[in-house]
Amino acid sequence: MIAVLLILIPLLTGLAAFFFRNEKAVRSWALFSSLATLAVSLLGLTVFKDAKYLFHECEWMQGLGSSFAVGLDGMGQVLCLLTAVAYPIIFLSTWNSSYKRAHNFFALMLLTQAGLMGVFLAMDALLFYFFWELALIPVYFLCSQWGGERRIQVTFKFFVYTFLGSVLMLIGILYVYSHTADQSFAISSFYKADLPYNSQSWLFWLFFIAFAIKMPIFPFHTWQPDTYEQSPTATTMVLSGIMVKMGVLGLLRWLLPVLPIASYSYGDTVSRLAIIGMIYASLIAIRQDDMKRLIAYSSIAHIGLMCLTIFSENKIGFQGVMIQMFNHGVNIIGLWIMVELIERQFGTRKLSELGGLAQKAPTMAIFFVIIALANIALPLTNAFVGEFLMFTGVFTSTVTKYNILFTVLAATCIIFAAVYTLNMVRKIFYGEANALTANAKDISLNEKLALGVIVILICWMGVYPKPMLDLTNDISDSILKISDVHHLLKK
Amino acid sequence: MMFSSVLLKQKSAVRGIAITGLAVLLLVNILESRGISFFKIDVSGMMHFDRFALLSISIALFATLVFFILSAKDMEKIGADYGEYFALIFFITCGIILVASFKSLLILFLGIEIISIPLYILTGADKRNLKSNEASLKYFLMGAFSTGLMLMGIALLYGASGTFDVERMREMIAAPGVLSVAGMLLLLFSMSFKVSAAPFHFWTPDVYDGAPTAFTSFMATIVKAAVFIGFIRLFDETFGISQEKWQIWFAVIAAATLFIGNITAVFQQSVKRMLAYSSISQAGFMLLSLYAMNVSAKEGILLYAAAYSLATIGIFAVLNKLNDYTFEGFNGLARQQPVIAAAMVIFLLSLAGIPLTAGFLAKFFMLKAVIATGSGLWLVIFAVVMAAVSVYYYFRVIQAMYFKEGNATIAASGGFKWSLVGLAALIILLGIFPNLLIYWLYF
Repeated sequence: MIAVLLILIPLLTGLAAFFFRNEKAVRSWALFSSLATLAVSLLGLTVFKDAKYLFHECEWMQGLGSSFAVGLDGMGQVLCLLTAVAYPIIFLSTWNSSYKRAHNFFALMLLTQAGLMGVFLAMDALLFYFFWELALIPVYFLCSQWGGERRIQVTFKFFVYTFLGSVLMLIGILYVYSHTADQSFAISSFYKADLPYNSQSWLFWLFFIAFAIKMPIFPFHTWQPDTYEQSPTATTMVLSGIMVKMGVLGLLRWLLPVLPIASYSYGDTVSRLAIIGMIYASLIAIRQDDMKRLIAYSSIAHIGLMCLTIFSENKIGFQGVMIQMFNHGVNIIGLWIMVELIERQFGTRKLSELGGLAQKAPTMAIFFVIIALANIALPLTNAFVGEFLMFTGVFTSTVTKYNILFTVLAATCIIFAAVYTLNMVRKIFYGEANALTANAKDISLNEKLALGVIVILICWMGVYPKPMLDLTNDISDSILKISDVHHLLKK
Repeated sequence: MMFSSVLLKQKSAVRGIAITGLAVLLLVNILESRGISFFKIDVSGMMHFDRFALLSISIALFATLVFFILSAKDMEKIGADYGEYFALIFFITCGIILVASFKSLLILFLGIEIISIPLYILTGADKRNLKSNEASLKYFLMGAFSTGLMLMGIALLYGASGTFDVERMREMIAAPGVLSVAGMLLLLFSMSFKVSAAPFHFWTPDVYDGAPTAFTSFMATIVKAAVFIGFIRLFDETFGISQEKWQIWFAVIAAATLFIGNITAVFQQSVKRMLAYSSISQAGFMLLSLYAMNVSAKEGILLYAAAYSLATIGIFAVLNKLNDYTFEGFNGLARQQPVIAAAMVIFLLSLAGIPLTAGFLAKFFMLKAVIATGSGLWLVIFAVVMAAVSVYYYFRVIQAMYFKEGNATIAASGGFKWSLVGLAALIILLGIFPNLLIYWLYF
């Protein structure tokens, strides 16, 4: 029931939001809806933990072997919680931004949430594909309608890119489906599908490209900085905070266990791509002057690490990825809130035009520094826990010969992250205040609230990550068990 | 119907009779498929009304009904002979029924001719428009040529097997000779011409562009889908036995059709012409079912026929109300007519094959059918890449409606809007529950 509610609440409230005429009312409505979703998600974590509440299956498209199967496993819990937490924060922090035709904006935002929840919850390949595409459509409209100057071309590039990836994945899904024993799209049948190595090897790329475009992994990343830059910031938060996790989840739930042998044999190739992407994106981030682009490239680097860890295939790494998915989402949304605040106040995102804000807006500076430190993964922040687990995972990996080399190369990106993040802090908050920033105002209550939640989450997960570790324990084990190649090869 | 224009002076009355007549036809047909028939005509084994035929006829009739409801009023603009247009369309419907249920090649030929000849007239219905005349002449010449090919093919097959009946012919051509292979190829070419598959597509853009928009809508959707039904029946029942011989032909034709249709559509400036090429590319997708020729191909072609016809009729109905047929003509439509624009988005998404619309499931069935054959993987990958290309030109319309400034105006009645909304809802409904349609095949 919980799983169905998580999709239904944003879907229905989103559809209803189209009919609002008053901007204030629709704003409150959206916030209310997102809080309701959050409440349901928390209930699923605490009170109704039983499988009978978390899983739901009903008939849909009989004859095709597809059913409406949704459910919350450990990874689903983490990602749904992230989505549920992120939305109220996004709505709160953009409370003061005004949008033309606001009812459409909030309706599309909520529909996106429904699509995202669906992707995280779907336990049926066809349903997964449905939601995978559905999350994209409202985002397309959001970015094209409310974005920056070049929004139409940029969003279109993004759309065609991801659409091409997903139709290729559809072929993969159909092929695996035709090789399942019981002609079914259910995830359990997919895990048991009998696929010889030579068909796995090209199926792997059909799936991987779809996920790699979404994450994005080098060299499929070219849509990302442009799209993040041109989208309205609230949408960018959704894109980078939550939507990229669709790709990561895809790898963990739909690629590794379904095509274990190919994942093993192509693991090194993918890892190399991930590392090239990480270093390349970090270096570009250092040279960026536009805050949005800087954060976009930083995100590519962070996601690259997750991809690398996934293909090192061990439990501690999987747990690290799942925890880091949550943490990365929280941190990057925090950074985008800062971008939004600064852009709204000064009308610019250029680092070179800002400076000396710390004296004028001390609260803002404190929040920003904490979030920036989390972005570098300093100990006691949430990202440290995730990245530490991930590095341990890569380092102790038994599926690759290059584990030490990979770890060393990936670790350089921590240093790069410190360079560009601290540089950004320095250029915005320190130095002399200029004409633009001389009359800066500090942040208002709703923004304090949103940022406060983020900072609490950062510190809590940094000091006491045990709940998350418990949550992701079982699912990591089961993914590992299904995709364990040594076991398969012995058979 | 023919006489109604003489007897009735009022145009709305003609329209009313046409819509009621069609609704009655549809109802009788549906009842027949549920096993309740009112009369029996001896067709001497020339026709065969199985579930597949009845369901495809139902789809064609329903789509025609939708077409009448949305576009019948716009036919007034074309010329004075309002009632006759309806009469001609009813003739075509008659042809469609023949094509969908033929059991003898003679009936197939008759059906195709009954469809084609009124279409030549309808294409040239706008008598004072040079483009319309040109289109009509072109269509007639090319159509006559392909009909010739078809007759020749049928004659050769008759020579090979000594019969027109598809089932006996199937037995006779089990051991194929030169005559039957040549006959089959000629039939394949002439049918490809009728569904505008490459490389027999050259007439399509000019004819679709030149014909009055309301009739283009009818031609590009219902007629094309119906000919496809005949096509699939022909190759399933008659030549099914020698599938490996012609399968590769369909792969090549489908790939070429997809390529030409999609790539050329990208470069169009007029939405009407773009839709003409889009109809070619959609035909390419439908040809995949002929390649696969299995259960899910037959289910899929029905779903495809319904999804494609309904969405395209909707788009043409809106296009018909606009003054400017270029992409710029749609600029800012969302501001003026939010309801119509929203319905348009659903039609376009359906054509592009986005989930939750009938168009997605139609494409899905086609891909599934081909993958189930175990071969032709390159064809599937090529098809989806082309589907991604098609997003480009369908989304150009959405971009124009929503994100560009402009003042596209449409004078639309409330009824028109509600019909569009209903049509859009139907497309989404089929996109979630395809079984609503497919169940009719079995139960």
